[in-house]
Amino acid sequence: MTRDDKFAAPADRAAAVADALIDAGRLTEEDLDGVQALEESLDWRNGTKVVARAWTDPEYRQRLFSDGTAACAELGFEGPQGEYIVALEDTPELKNVIVCTQCSCTAWPVLGLPPDWYKSPEYRARVVREPRRVLGEMGLDLPAEVKVRVWDTTAETRFIVIPRRPAGTEDWSESRLAEIVTRESMIGVALVELPKA
Amino acid sequence: MDGIHDLGGMAGFGAIDVEADEPTFHEGWESKAFRLNIAAIGLLGAYNADEYRHAIERMAPAHYLQSSYYDRVLTAVATLLVEKGVLSLADLERRAKGKLRLALPARDNAADGIVPPDAPRFAVGDWVRVRDIHPHGHTRVPRYVRGRRGVVVHVAPLFSFPDASAHGLPVRKESTYHVEFAATELWPDDERRGESVIVDLWQTYLEEGE
Repeated sequence: MTRDDKFAAPADRAAAVADALIDAGRLTEEDLDGVQALEESLDWRNGTKVVARAWTDPEYRQRLFSDGTAACAELGFEGPQGEYIVALEDTPELKNVIVCTQCSCTAWPVLGLPPDWYKSPEYRARVVREPRRVLGEMGLDLPAEVKVRVWDTTAETRFIVIPRRPAGTEDWSESRLAEIVTRESMIGVALVELPKA
Repeated sequence: MDGIHDLGGMAGFGAIDVEADEPTFHEGWESKAFRLNIAAIGLLGAYNADEYRHAIERMAPAHYLQSSYYDRVLTAVATLLVEKGVLSLADLERRAKGKLRLALPARDNAADGIVPPDAPRFAVGDWVRVRDIHPHGHTRVPRYVRGRRGVVVHVAPLFSFPDASAHGLPVRKESTYHVEFAATELWPDDERRGESVIVDLWQTYLEEGE
């Protein structure tokens, strides 16, 4: 293995590529800043609104499971890495979990850019082989009778898990419900829980 | 290619480290790497998303595992811009005041020889078997399902076949299928019940499973 110390640090390499493209007239600073608008629109909190709507509006829920792309677009969530979205329904008998074993694909418009743990070799290698153990380590112990389906994002479909609505939220508003939905629950490695009193 | 990126089912990895309230980017250069890649694909048209994925896969295994996610993105961007003749490696190294470790060169892909399917072949409920193929080029069929039998649970729209587009071959679209494999089919020596993996597979990867 080559010694690391003669290699440039990532910050210097990123600056070198950007400056070289700008000096060559291929890109401008404004072009790169223009990507910022896209970047800021990629927010996992968008997905919480999809989940809360699915919990409170039965007709929306139906549309979401028959055409996830259109149902997300209804709420304004569409764009790159969201060209074909499939929503996965958790039930008392079934837990859905999402992974991308070969890279780190996610439904950007509703899940945002993925967290490091999702991109880690540990998660990508293990969750397809031993999902119950991985979920248990992450704090979710599933009863043996609950079936687990792990969805590997290997082509162009992007997934979002619609977790179960917690008991005790029957009179909650949609916006209050959205606030308790977590990124982890929409990837499928956690349940949605009531905030601890 | 049977590379380090194809991690599904590999043993030896430890605990998953979840950071509470994790930000999208931890350092400024990570966001710069992301923006450069989006701009190089979308604005410059220097390469496509499949070439980008393949460039990451072509990183030597130790380099890949040592690099953080956005460092891999940055390595792919630099590799492709140098390979495409947009930038020169010498100039980048001069600017960065150090060496750049790029991904290894691409090998020929077998996709040229594969005849594209002319119509969707499978429907929901059909049993299929994944072809046991090992191309040297880019492919999106993970090792852990090759040769395995599963059932189609969903037919997705037509999408560009990545084994071709990652190697600059003309775009050819075909159906992708969500195929469900029982955990006991994938890892017969594990005694796991009530677990399955669904993998999204292009039609070319599949044959009839009866």
